[in-house]
Amino acid sequence: MMKPGTLILYAAARFLLPLQLIFSLFLLLRGHDEPGGGFIAGLVAAGAFSLYLFAFGSEVTRDLLRIDPRTMIGIGLLFGVASAFPALIHGQAFLTAQWWPIALPGGAELKLSTPLIFDIGVYLAVVGTVMTFVVALAESEEA
Amino acid sequence: MQFAVFSGFLLAAFTPLLSARFRDRLGWVLALLPASLAVWFAMQLPLIMSGEVLVQTMEWIPGLGISLTMTLDGLSLLFALLISVIGTFVLLYASSYLHGHQDLTRFYVVLLSFMASMLGLVLSDSLITLFVFWELTSITSYLLIGFNHQDASARKAALQGLLITVGGGLALLAGMVLLAQGAGSYSLQEILTQGEVLREYPLYLPMLLCLLGGAFTKSAQFPFHFWLPNAMAAPTPVSSYLHSATMVKAGVYLLARLHPALGGTEAWQFILPLFGATTMFVGAFMAIRSTGIKKLLAYSTVMALGTLTLLLGIGTEKAMLAFAAFLLGHSLYKGALFMVAGALDHSTGTKEVPEMGGLRHLMPVTMVAAVVAGLSLAGLPPLFGFVAKELMFEAVLGGSVLKAFTLTLAFAAAALGIAVAGVVVLRPFFGALKTTPKKPHEADWPMLAGPLTLAFLSLLFGVMPGMAGSLLVLPASSAVAGYEISYGLSLWHGINAPLLLSIASLIVGGLVFRHWDAYRAKVAVLNPIIARGPEAGYFKLMDGLVWIADWQTRWLQNGSMRNYLTVILLTFVGLTGYTLIWRYQLHWNWDIQVQLHELVTVGLLVAATTVVFLTRSRLGAVASMGVVGFAVALIFILFSAPDLGITQILVETLTVILLVLVLFRLPSFGNLSTPTQRIRDALVAAATGVLMTLLIMVTIDVQLVPSISSVMIEQSQPLAYGRNIVNVILVDFRSLDTLGEIFVLALAALGVYAMLRLHPETAPGANHLAGSLILPPLKKQAKKSPPKECASTAQPEQGKESAS
Repeated sequence: MMKPGTLILYAAARFLLPLQLIFSLFLLLRGHDEPGGGFIAGLVAAGAFSLYLFAFGSEVTRDLLRIDPRTMIGIGLLFGVASAFPALIHGQAFLTAQWWPIALPGGAELKLSTPLIFDIGVYLAVVGTVMTFVVALAESEEA
Repeated sequence: MQFAVFSGFLLAAFTPLLSARFRDRLGWVLALLPASLAVWFAMQLPLIMSGEVLVQTMEWIPGLGISLTMTLDGLSLLFALLISVIGTFVLLYASSYLHGHQDLTRFYVVLLSFMASMLGLVLSDSLITLFVFWELTSITSYLLIGFNHQDASARKAALQGLLITVGGGLALLAGMVLLAQGAGSYSLQEILTQGEVLREYPLYLPMLLCLLGGAFTKSAQFPFHFWLPNAMAAPTPVSSYLHSATMVKAGVYLLARLHPALGGTEAWQFILPLFGATTMFVGAFMAIRSTGIKKLLAYSTVMALGTLTLLLGIGTEKAMLAFAAFLLGHSLYKGALFMVAGALDHSTGTKEVPEMGGLRHLMPVTMVAAVVAGLSLAGLPPLFGFVAKELMFEAVLGGSVLKAFTLTLAFAAAALGIAVAGVVVLRPFFGALKTTPKKPHEADWPMLAGPLTLAFLSLLFGVMPGMAGSLLVLPASSAVAGYEISYGLSLWHGINAPLLLSIASLIVGGLVFRHWDAYRAKVAVLNPIIARGPEAGYFKLMDGLVWIADWQTRWLQNGSMRNYLTVILLTFVGLTGYTLIWRYQLHWNWDIQVQLHELVTVGLLVAATTVVFLTRSRLGAVASMGVVGFAVALIFILFSAPDLGITQILVETLTVILLVLVLFRLPSFGNLSTPTQRIRDALVAAATGVLMTLLIMVTIDVQLVPSISSVMIEQSQPLAYGRNIVNVILVDFRSLDTLGEIFVLALAALGVYAMLRLHPETAPGANHLAGSLILPPLKKQAKKSPPKECASTAQPEQGKESAS
């Protein structure tokens, strides 16, 4: 089914991918205060990679991803689990949020925290899951 | 004591590592652990003899008030010593008996785990921990019976043992919950002080029956006795350890443990002697008609377990004393005899007694151990078995309920027991030498250490019964009775009724032994009746279980998506609808302000849904489903839930992408259901829709509990430093849920991956219809498969939505 894409699709996928990925990171990071968060951001990123896959095929997309989508799920789960433990060091209940805010020059504040780590885990798990579906489907199609 | 239990599990975990280091000596190294545990337990003897109870508490989950308390009293100590001493010898024995076996390391791992579980069982104070260890012994027993897993009969026997003991375990759990409800505590120490309350407890009888269900299955009481002889499929070290000396006594242990709290009632004094005496006789009778040496011993173990139950049921001071003495005596001689049986099997290559004979010159040391242990089994002086048997007769004579019945059966069992002892000990070693499959040779020392030591202890305790009494028997029987018992054990009681019974049983047993072959031929007449015994019932039950599973799978889980949906939805409508109407009646609250743009959105939703099931083109259906999705997203956004709206839109988009990937593989978009089916489906759908509407009406009207959303909104900023409540809930307030959900997501991904990558014709269970549904084989068979694929591919999507 993967016929060579049209010129428009090629060009669009090439330009849209970085934009969409930056947008997904933006959604991920602002999620705690504004609409967004790991789940939504993950879906956006997965959409971006899927578009790329439609244009250039699964092989190229795999190379672009660098790591196997299934590995990505694993890393996401690791992030999720890892965020549960800092609380134990302080003798608090499992998964209690820990905050390490860092003041940045210019009045801004970087809110480092375990919820952020957790959200990154969700993000990776979602991207990995959707890409596992899409790549596996596309490859069984190409085979 | 916690360490004593956990050290076994710990050592089991490291055994594979030690295996590479010590190779053939591994068994000896591992035996050091039970040996040192035995020494530690022996060091507690003076304390326990003085009537103290050792209690050690370790906090486990302090937040829930759960602690890991272990107690050591006379009964626990007797068991702990038996477990660790016999465990030591069994490990030594196995190193030689299973020498060079490819799975020897695995054997050690399971055996050590069993030992630790059994110690945990007899030391636990909490009913819950006791139950956990109880089940662990069932599981390890399963693994050990099925150790030769390539042998179908071993697997079958293992499964039978597991199903019966675990089935009983379920009853036990119910009984324990009732017990804890009645006594108001899960701690055995407290339960034992609540005897008065428990005996008056209205649910006393159901509770007792449940507990007995657990104890009788574990301790192989009639009619559950048949799994034990079948368990002889296990390697002999296992039979001598689990299925004679320790695990099968767990049921008896539990009854003894609870005796001070539950014993003495009419039900107790009727049921226990009834089943105990029956088991005793059935065991003895079945033993004498077997020819395999291990079967003989197994049935005589059944007999011993029946004796122990009978004695507990009688419940007098004498009976308690006899219980502890018989328990000790039996573990010693039966452990030794099983090891002898293994040595015979190992060196002659046969398990059949009639094929062995005249081995006294070839295996003299084995013979000594066998004869001493056999005399104890027969209950002859000056062995400890004699002391125990005299006490048993004395206790039965002193019983009150069912006295004639129990005395007759006890006498018959004792007589047949003597014949069993003769068959097991005299036949293989005396008479003319017979040719056996292997050339017999003397066993090596690791296989002899156990039987010799245990036989020697039988002799020592027999000669010095006072020592055995004060060290082990009296503390144990005091714990079972619940009050201090002081009584000197002695070998010679003078000429009295028990002695006369002993002599009479010796004569009868001797006659049966002399005419064993003729006797067996006579008893063979009863074979058709025995074939219809409890074991046949077990197989009937298993067949029934399979039949029910088959029937309900065909009916409920037949692989048809429509069927699943119908069942799920109708169940939902039935249960929820019933509760809704029964509790809240119907609510018709039309007092809702509806804006025009809301009406338009809903109209769009309804129109698009209608198109989905009227359209004749797939693309049309897909596009209409898309409209439904976007309309829902619009509603989310209208009611200020932007996160949900965005998620919904993204999920819709990804659904389209996935659909494009499988579009060309989908079968033609035909209409396969009959009009009747469609009407039925429409009715189900309509019922569900109506119920959902009613539900929403009620939730708007009825406020059962104060909404927690206001709390979350208030706390979002101060506690979680975030303004987006949805995200704060997802990653902070309820992050454990989200953590679970991303794991579900990962599993869904792996499931889809497996379905796509495993080719239906080569995958395990290849003939299963579901395997061919999602992606048919490369040959173009796609058009034939039913149109369930949309639903199957959409499933992962649902998984994602639930995570949002």
